[in-house]
Amino acid sequence: MSAPALSADDSGLYCAAGDFHIDPWRPVKRAIITHAHGDHARPGSDAYLCAEPGRLPLVLRVGDRVQTLAYGQQLTINDARVSLHPAGHVLGSAQVRVEVGGDVWVVSGDYKRQADPTCDPFEIVSCRVFISESTFGLPVYRWEPSGFVMNELVDWWQNNADAGRPSIVLSYVMGKTQRIMASLASLVDCEGRLFAHGALQKMNEAYRASSVYLPTAPNPLEVGDGYDFSKAIILAPPSVAGTPWMGRFKRGVTARASGWMRVRGRRRRLALDRGFVLSDHADWPGLLCTIFETKAERVVLTHGNSTVLARYLSERGLPAEALTLDRWGEQEEQE
Amino acid sequence: MKRFTRLFIRLDETNKTTDKLAALIDYFSAAPPRDAAWAVTYLTGKRPRSPVNAAQVRAWVQSAANIPEWLFTESYDAVGDLAETVSLLLPEPGMGSSLSLSDWIETRLLALAGEADESVKRQTLLAWWAELDRPGRFVLTKLITGAWRVGVSQRLVTRALAETLAVDKDVIAHRLMGSWQPDDSFYAMLSSADTTDTDISKPYPFYLAYSLDQEPRALGDHRQWLVEWKWDGIRGQVIKRQGKVSIWSRGEELVTERFPEIRRAAGRLPDGTVLDGEILAWSHDKDGGVMPFGHLQRRIGRKTVGKKLLEEVPVTFMAYDMLESQGEDIRRLPLDRRRDLLEQLLGGESADQALRLSPVVTANCWQTLDSKRQESRDLHVEGFVLKHRNSPYGVGRRRGDWWKWKVEPYSVDGVLLYAQRGSGRRASLYTDYTFGIWQGDKLVPFAKAYSGLNDEEIREVDRFVRRNTVEKFGPVRSVPPELVMELHFEGIRRSTRHKSGLAVRFPRIARWRRDKSADQADSLSTIIALLPASERD
Ligand SMILES: [Zn+2]
Ligand SMILES: [Zn+2]
Repeated sequence: MSAPALSADDSGLYCAAGDFHIDPWRPVKRAIITHAHGDHARPGSDAYLCAEPGRLPLVLRVGDRVQTLAYGQQLTINDARVSLHPAGHVLGSAQVRVEVGGDVWVVSGDYKRQADPTCDPFEIVSCRVFISESTFGLPVYRWEPSGFVMNELVDWWQNNADAGRPSIVLSYVMGKTQRIMASLASLVDCEGRLFAHGALQKMNEAYRASSVYLPTAPNPLEVGDGYDFSKAIILAPPSVAGTPWMGRFKRGVTARASGWMRVRGRRRRLALDRGFVLSDHADWPGLLCTIFETKAERVVLTHGNSTVLARYLSERGLPAEALTLDRWGEQEEQE
Repeated sequence: MKRFTRLFIRLDETNKTTDKLAALIDYFSAAPPRDAAWAVTYLTGKRPRSPVNAAQVRAWVQSAANIPEWLFTESYDAVGDLAETVSLLLPEPGMGSSLSLSDWIETRLLALAGEADESVKRQTLLAWWAELDRPGRFVLTKLITGAWRVGVSQRLVTRALAETLAVDKDVIAHRLMGSWQPDDSFYAMLSSADTTDTDISKPYPFYLAYSLDQEPRALGDHRQWLVEWKWDGIRGQVIKRQGKVSIWSRGEELVTERFPEIRRAAGRLPDGTVLDGEILAWSHDKDGGVMPFGHLQRRIGRKTVGKKLLEEVPVTFMAYDMLESQGEDIRRLPLDRRRDLLEQLLGGESADQALRLSPVVTANCWQTLDSKRQESRDLHVEGFVLKHRNSPYGVGRRRGDWWKWKVEPYSVDGVLLYAQRGSGRRASLYTDYTFGIWQGDKLVPFAKAYSGLNDEEIREVDRFVRRNTVEKFGPVRSVPPELVMELHFEGIRRSTRHKSGLAVRFPRIARWRRDKSADQADSLSTIIALLPASERD
């Protein structure tokens, strides 16, 4: 029996045959990055490799030592053959397929099965061992179609505007923000009514420079004093909640867009006026059907509810375990 | 049902009292009186007997969602609310129901409560779930399992009804007390011009004291204030009207049958009398007096009381206010006048042991009072209540003329040993903690505490728990003994049911002692020293 293609070491998931790490949580010699979220892309490694569309966001995070690979293209690294495939999570997000001596492993990174105008859709890649995320690995997490949720969000904005109240949507800096912006633009004319907090501007520019269409969304602090935001929608990172920045939007109504909003307790704890269940991760049915569609014989789970999903799959006859030493998903709590 | 579901969603969506009030007013303005009456019944926690129990709900939703029991438990842990877990787990929702709230309750829920066959109940509930949309399922399951947790107090409901019907809110509060039937006459009952109420058992809304948050000197001349011990029992009202005695607890439960001694004593009161006071466990020995609250707990919750318990834990009603005299509502009279009437009624030698007059504490200045207050623990009371001599008897809690002046709480430094996920607003965070103290070189679990940290600290502890879990036991995780917190509590007594041999009352976290390490936490012997002298060994 030969050594496994991938195994966990102190720095993360390691491929001995290719001598590289995938999404390491410590600086290493060579890192393949599934996507540019903070818990997957950490600075300090000597060399980075990511999918082509994900280059600019990753450069923002780790600097310019970034090489790219087109989706589907094969690369040989020492004794391993590597290719990247769309994960549908955020711009440039990739699953990493690693083949060593004919044995195929796939690392999903974060993924979703729903449509997203800002990135390529998830692609099924057959494998023997599938290393899947399980952030929302509980049956209470099931998503409504994105179009339905976006229409709810537009209705909410409209009602607030009719009442003369600014709408503030808290969303993750990379991915969620741009997904909402692009979806809004396809439903209504946002011109002059859509704004984005200063901390979102760089990432928005990186998306635009990567040829993703986003509507204009200036920084609300740069439109001049006395601007009337009563009919506006303003996107901002979750960290602004409860800060003086919010004070600028008198009578503002605050919502958050995240998969966690499926549970009332979360929403109430954050003292939000409204929660929209919009996630960039797979829901429970999405996880199950993906795992079965890969035809994997063995499943390793990372993020959040890994032990729950592992037990469920094992009871259904599919060998599964939770990855020990899992440092991913620490930020998904704030997703 | 749709209108009530919308109300529920609006109440749940906002944290602002003004928005909740607006939602309630909109609901009451549009809903038929019968629906409104049921809504009030449920929102204020007075629902009728449930047709099915929580265990049945759990079992049936597991089979409907086709998941094993352990997975249901994991889901419930993450959500923290049974009805919500149900609504999230059930397969694809239906279209919703056009039946009204009262139809749902009267023709469906109450009818189901009378059904004996469990499989019929199961089929019925599954069919209802299938019929409803997701919010509807949530609300239906809430109707069945209770615990609304939408931040709506009796007081807010009262205000909303008062504004909707343009009737004084104290009048509404009084009419909502006691027992009334939800029916078409609900609004008429609440807004009727006739002020004589026909229900002879109806209590008055309780008036509550605020905790004193300033130096008592700031209250001015101490002679303006009536000072009494703050009794540590169950707040209650004793009513005698038309020859009949009713005893109400502050939780608005009729508890007449549970306290036969008080009932007997109150039987000798003149008709048209209502007294406000405290139900206490009271030893009639010659050096007797109020017994620690733990004893009274044996009497609470027993519908019928045996002879042995009656002898071991006798109770008394410590009366401190009079709300009705000779059939007349005297709540507007100044306290001094009401106290006079009360003393005329209960003063003197002939008083029954089970019905006492709360003594007034006198002193010549605030300072003397303060030193007397330090005797509270030995007397098994919690400190003083200060009432302005001119104050009328109000409704609810108002700042200004009634104050609680408590003794400082006990304080102990404990070490976090176990954490469990919270419920409601704090579902999915580890917020319920068990603390230990030293016994020799071992930490023994000593108290559970849920509150006291701010949201940021809670998140920090939550992260600590997740990253440092030693073992999991269901929803509980054990952690390395590192975090030290200062705990406050009100009372302490011996208990054989607790590992430490001690039980504390109202434990809560005062602050996080980041300056202390686990070995600097308190030990069992320091706590035993806090016990009253008679209980130390
Ligand atoms: Zn991610
Ligand atoms: Zn992740």
